[in-house]
Amino acid sequence: MNTLLEVSGVSVSFDGFLAINNLSFRIAGAEMRAIIGPNGAGKTTFMDIVTGKTKPDEGRILWGDKGISLLGMSEARIAREGIGRKFQKPTVFEDQTVQENLLMALKSARGPFAVLFYKPNSADLAKVEEFAREIGLVDELMRKSGELSHGQKQWLEIGMLLAQEPRLLLVDEPAAGMTPAEREHTTRILVEAAKTRAVVVVEHDMEFVRRLNCKVTVLHEGSVLAEGNLDHVTANQDVVDVYLGR
Amino acid sequence: MQNSFLTRNPSTLIFLAVLALFTIAVTLLSEGLGMGFISTSFVKTLGKTLCLGLVAISMDLVWGYAGILSLGHFAFFGLGGYMIGMWLMYERTRDVVVNSLADAPIPATAQELNDAIATQIFGVVGSAEFPLIWAFADSLALQLLMVVLVPGLLAFVFGWLAFRSRVAGVYLSILTQAMTLALSLYLFQNDSGLRGNNGLSGLQNLPGLGDVPQALVSLWFLWGSALALGLGYVLAAWVVSGKFGSVLRGIRDDEARVRFLGYSVETYKLVLFTGTACMAGIAGALYYPQAGIINPAEIAPIASIYLAVWVAIGGRGRLYGAVIGAGFVSLLSSWFTGGRAPNIPLGSYTIQWVDWWLVVLGLSFVLVTLFAPKGIGGLFDLIGNQSSPNRHGADLGPDAGALREREAQE
Repeated sequence: MNTLLEVSGVSVSFDGFLAINNLSFRIAGAEMRAIIGPNGAGKTTFMDIVTGKTKPDEGRILWGDKGISLLGMSEARIAREGIGRKFQKPTVFEDQTVQENLLMALKSARGPFAVLFYKPNSADLAKVEEFAREIGLVDELMRKSGELSHGQKQWLEIGMLLAQEPRLLLVDEPAAGMTPAEREHTTRILVEAAKTRAVVVVEHDMEFVRRLNCKVTVLHEGSVLAEGNLDHVTANQDVVDVYLGR
Repeated sequence: MQNSFLTRNPSTLIFLAVLALFTIAVTLLSEGLGMGFISTSFVKTLGKTLCLGLVAISMDLVWGYAGILSLGHFAFFGLGGYMIGMWLMYERTRDVVVNSLADAPIPATAQELNDAIATQIFGVVGSAEFPLIWAFADSLALQLLMVVLVPGLLAFVFGWLAFRSRVAGVYLSILTQAMTLALSLYLFQNDSGLRGNNGLSGLQNLPGLGDVPQALVSLWFLWGSALALGLGYVLAAWVVSGKFGSVLRGIRDDEARVRFLGYSVETYKLVLFTGTACMAGIAGALYYPQAGIINPAEIAPIASIYLAVWVAIGGRGRLYGAVIGAGFVSLLSSWFTGGRAPNIPLGSYTIQWVDWWLVVLGLSFVLVTLFAPKGIGGLFDLIGNQSSPNRHGADLGPDAGALREREAQE
């Protein structure tokens, strides 16, 4: 199994509170993984560490085939390496159209001067349209994204994530505030994406996790409590005690 | 996307047309070439106003588009003025000195000439030697280069330090205020090399063109300022119309999100900050020859705050708004503070506008910010019947959806 991301022995504390405690985690190049755990288990902090927002106190984070270290890289650099992140709250650029949002996310040179002289060519516009079709927003391309419904904004953000063409997607509660039909659509998009890349989904909703039908990692107090398929981890007594049994 | 840049941005075309009409009208009504309805000093005021429009565009790029509330852009404006002022003052003093030494029985050596010029310029601050920073003052080309390079370099160094440390928001504003205050305090010193609080003067006299009347010179500068404003406007409109503008507005609305898209936010801010500083420097270099004098008071912190007020009243986030704001408020300001506005007697107390203008300006700033965040430029939306949800990415609530937005507008 080729490893895309390997996190080993990572710890981080905030003012003495140990948010992540000797956490180890690895994921393959084309794999879906769900991370569950009670509030404060360190799920979001884990994403913050991988994406470079938070610097760990100790531990290693290795990325890609060559095993380069992500520590010390800026968020933007890590994103360019191929790690995309979707936030819990949909954060799209409301002042700009759906097309502008997707064009900004579309994989291409990110330097200021390359961007300054960038002109969208027909291939790029076709790609944008394709992503928009995938997320059901092809008729809304010219609308300001601030006008979209909550669910549509969630999708637009997923679309922007896909447009980045990352090798690893970190998705924080993708189904929050969605109707059952929208959830199903989101599941399809994520499962499809996981065929060609790694997808890590943080989710509270067990039903949603069950539908993803993937390996599950349970976090508790900043470290891994159990790992395996959903039935396996839900049968684990420790997991029942800290999370499910409450 | 096959359309040309101008057809996609009709406001740019309208702006250029209005600017051209304005310039032609002023020329025709001027004393220099036209009917003489407009005095030379007022032509200069109008020319200066165009320069203020240019620096307002640079402020709008930084603040209105990228959300960096820089309260130091007038420092770059002033630096540009100082750079061109050095050449103007050196060359004119040289002319004067050469003329006065021409009658001497023995021709002056180059050293004597140099000393005489230095004494003439720096005598007022008790010095008779050229400071190092005047090394290129005899070269127009090099000083013109410095108009762009000096503000650009200062902005680059400042921006590199500030943005790299992720200083943002109100802390950055305070830092930029500190920068402009430090610069003006430094220039106030007599040994700063730029004549302390005397500043540089006599800048309205162009070296070698002593025969040309000011009425004509004022028109040249009006044209030059109009050209610079037009080019600056087109450049700014081009920059914000494409993906670069998208990224800038993204940085304004959600910096972290832009970072996670892979854009180096700090680099973008630095490029923009430096670029707009160069633009402000050019505006200053055109402004101060029309003003005739520059001194450190010009780059006092309050000047940069005025700049922010102009852009806010004009309407930030739209380029013509910034220009309108700068023109409208600065002309109104000079009308009120120039003693031309009639005082209002209220029995025992008389409202003197010279004193009360700042109160009016401050009040209107607060009112515009609270009740008309789009500023004067927002009026054009009413004319064009556009009602875009320009909320600068601010949520109406935790789950703001399309419906809530529509409800909020009704």
